[in-house]
Amino acid sequence: MRHVTHLTIGPVGFRIGSDWRAPIAQLEDLYRDYPKPGIPDFNVHLFAARPWRKILRPSVMIGGDYTIPDAAPLPLAQGLLAAEMGMNLQMALAQRRYLLLHASAVERDGKAVLMTGISGAGKSTLAALLMARGWRLMGDEFVLIDPATGLAHAFPRLISLKNQAIAVAQAAVPDGRFGPLLAGTPKGDIRHLVPDLRAIRKMAEPAEPALLLFPRFGFDAAERPVPPSEAFVRLTQSSTNYVHLAERGFDALTRLVQSVPARAIDYPDTDGGIALVEALA
Amino acid sequence: MTALYRAAAPETLRIVPLDALTLVYHRASGVTHVVDAPVPEMLEALDRDDLTVDQLLTRLSDSYDLLDADPAALAIRLDELVEAGLVERL
Repeated sequence: MRHVTHLTIGPVGFRIGSDWRAPIAQLEDLYRDYPKPGIPDFNVHLFAARPWRKILRPSVMIGGDYTIPDAAPLPLAQGLLAAEMGMNLQMALAQRRYLLLHASAVERDGKAVLMTGISGAGKSTLAALLMARGWRLMGDEFVLIDPATGLAHAFPRLISLKNQAIAVAQAAVPDGRFGPLLAGTPKGDIRHLVPDLRAIRKMAEPAEPALLLFPRFGFDAAERPVPPSEAFVRLTQSSTNYVHLAERGFDALTRLVQSVPARAIDYPDTDGGIALVEALA
Repeated sequence: MTALYRAAAPETLRIVPLDALTLVYHRASGVTHVVDAPVPEMLEALDRDDLTVDQLLTRLSDSYDLLDADPAALAIRLDELVEAGLVERL
């Protein structure tokens, strides 16, 4: 690959190669405060499907150690999104050391709050707003549970804000560093927010899971306890590698749901959501 | 001849009761089963002895309040467990 960068996110190192300079330049700017890995764990490739596609209506295919066949390419203007998707893809398909939960997480006093839910539940928005209120952001996409210790490890990649969440986060983090507005992506408008320096400097520090939340955005405020069996089933659905980890995954997840209380929360707006999380944590 | 049933070898199962539901991890297949009563009780009874459907029903009725003591329904549950590999039909 012509253009290459390396970056470390939490305990994972990536090498990202690209046929084009622009996505690498954007990554190097937005991830400038992140450490460089020694030997990367995963490779991500951003490449043109045909040589002339480097120049003519350039479109970015996402590959690397693992690839999804027939994935649609993205326009070069969305190359940063392609890089982020490429890193997520390698994690989702190849991560074997940690149990991967599709969740956001924040930490205070060594205790981690894990928030999981379907796309649109507000995981990223809640995490960004809690970061603005002094919580340490651990990640907005994946939480890594170490089967050996039960601890949650951070994966603080860029916070991916979609559609209305962009303005909400800009108002809450006025001095935040934001990436370019990526309009008209398959998920609507996307803008990335760089985690604050504390999140980056402390990203190697794991935390003890203290609360599991299953948020839903757009409903009247409500809260109910989630029994361990329901939490278990919902978390297997939100884990991309539970099956691959086999008994280690079973042990890690049973330990998590047996030792950490779980709550389902409905919230009508972000202020209500933040109030609920802070009241429960 | 009436079939006898036996639970899969205990070293092939991890049984973790959570609340109303119980998790059964089947090491041989790597599949996690989330089961309700009376499946854990059936596995426990069939771990101690090889039993016919009628013997199992008697054993369960003695130890637990079975809402529906129907041998046909129990035979269907057993067939499902055999299919999943959690119980052997001898």
